[in-house]
Amino acid sequence: MVLTARINWGRIIVWWSLFLSCLMPLLWISYQAWTLNLGADPAEEITDFTGTWTLRFLWLTLAVTPLRKLFGWSWLIRYRRMLGLYTAFYALIHLLCFVTFILGWRLDLLWNEVTERPYIIVGSLAFLLLLPLVVTSTKKMQRRLGRNWTRLHQSVYLISLLALLHFIWQIRSNYLEVLIYGVILAVLLGYRLYLKLRTTHLLRMSKVHSS
Amino acid sequence: MLIKKPDSIPSSEITSESVYLQRRQFMRGVGGLMLGGMSGLAHAVPEYPIDADLPRYPGPAWLQPQIRSSVRNNDYSTSETPAPYFNAITHNNFYEFGTAKKNPAQYAQEFKTDPWKVEIAGAVNKPGHYHLEDVIKPHLLEERIYRLRCVEAWSMVIPWIGVPLAEVLKAFEPTSKAKYVAFTTLLDPEQMPGQRSYFSTIRWPYVEGLRLDEARHPLTLLAVGVYGNALPPQNGAPIRLVVPWKYGFKSIKSIVKISLEEEMPPTSWNLTAPNEYGFYANVNPKVDHPRWSQATERRLPSSLLDPNRIETTLFNGYAEEVAGLYKGMDLKKWY
Ligand code: HEM
Repeated sequence: MVLTARINWGRIIVWWSLFLSCLMPLLWISYQAWTLNLGADPAEEITDFTGTWTLRFLWLTLAVTPLRKLFGWSWLIRYRRMLGLYTAFYALIHLLCFVTFILGWRLDLLWNEVTERPYIIVGSLAFLLLLPLVVTSTKKMQRRLGRNWTRLHQSVYLISLLALLHFIWQIRSNYLEVLIYGVILAVLLGYRLYLKLRTTHLLRMSKVHSS
Repeated sequence: MLIKKPDSIPSSEITSESVYLQRRQFMRGVGGLMLGGMSGLAHAVPEYPIDADLPRYPGPAWLQPQIRSSVRNNDYSTSETPAPYFNAITHNNFYEFGTAKKNPAQYAQEFKTDPWKVEIAGAVNKPGHYHLEDVIKPHLLEERIYRLRCVEAWSMVIPWIGVPLAEVLKAFEPTSKAKYVAFTTLLDPEQMPGQRSYFSTIRWPYVEGLRLDEARHPLTLLAVGVYGNALPPQNGAPIRLVVPWKYGFKSIKSIVKISLEEEMPPTSWNLTAPNEYGFYANVNPKVDHPRWSQATERRLPSSLLDPNRIETTLFNGYAEEVAGLYKGMDLKKWY
């Protein structure tokens, strides 16, 4: 008997390992909350923690392309969607932590925050812009949208800049942490810019030669 | 030192200590009671519940008897319940020891706060470098339970022990030239990791200031203790300011210099971000920080089930006592 579709156990193990690893931060902070180990201001601790992990998942998602191209790790692309969806998942939890634990669902306060505070405005914008990406993340949508899918998903660059701004506008005195995330983002986006400039340059060169 | 949230104290432990506590409570305040006649002072400082696994800070030997005989000043104390000791000693801003609110409790435990000298300078008849002991010894220590409102929109109720700043200033005889009081925190990068950071926008040492009438207001306290003990190093030991109607950053910690000035002195947060932090920094729900609202605050302790959000009040609820200081002033302009 011939197996037409062979099960790739290696791939399944990697997928599940990554899937479960990405849940670890959430499990960890939930455990800390459950055992009352979040310190004297648990609301702020949990909101900062989930915000930080949203940013990390976004940066990880953006790291896939550069790592693929620089090291030839083409298999990474298989896990990009999962990282992107986890970014949105953590962003949602972060938002819910803020509304529940810090604002206590006082919608009047939420309205004031969302309309008046620049750092909340850019954070909310980043979150809203993530939603269309979540909705169009399926393979089916990707096929259906074709080139437009790529164009739509390039909004992730804007989202990353908004997320960084959200972080920058919370600085009170120490900017080391923000600087580190900023430098990493500069490398991730800078690499893409470099690739783009190189291809347009090569294109122009080839035109010059062929004429 | 690692300070973790303790589990609630088993009730058996409380009862086994209660006889001892009652004795202590009786002994306490006897000194104050004997002074007699002073209004609002005739109340012993209670013994606060301190979880067995949390550190206690008895303070230097010279201070201990004075703290023992301190008395509660009920006239100037709120009847609200003080925050649990755990919250007060593990959650505060003291950027000299790091910018996260848990950093001071983590990194200040080895901070050496005795012996300590305070320089008294400027427009006074008796300037000089004084041992803290000589500054504090002549005065009766009072306990004052104050609301403390942080500019970041959280607050706690804290039982301080200290002496009104007015009394301390009087001892050094300010001259008629004195219009302001300037304060300076210790500069010691070896002990204070925050002062070694290359990424801080605050210029060290931390400085603060008050107008002379604010400094002489009976609510303004120079604190040397909390919760019936000496100040923990993370809370600004051995001596700090407490100005309850202003945002917490005005209440400068670990003071090494008090100077009476003719001109308005510079203040650290104002130098760092002048559009966000003014010289006055009076608590005011109607004047927002440019980046967040001051209309409400989270009163700690709060749990994940209840943020304990309350309305912020003008001058942190001390309007009756201090509004007169700012008569005719535009509080939006002088934020
Ligand atoms: C993609 C979206 C978002 C990202 C990447 C993000 C990321 C972050 C980060 C990195 C922090 C700082 C953590 C720290 O100080 O250590 C933070 C804090 C915060 N975020 Fe977000 N955030 C996002 C969306 C939002 C949204 C939609 C809201 C609310 C509407 C929000 C509200 C807050 C608040 C209130 C804080 C400060 C909590 C505190 O310290 O009191 N964020 N966020």
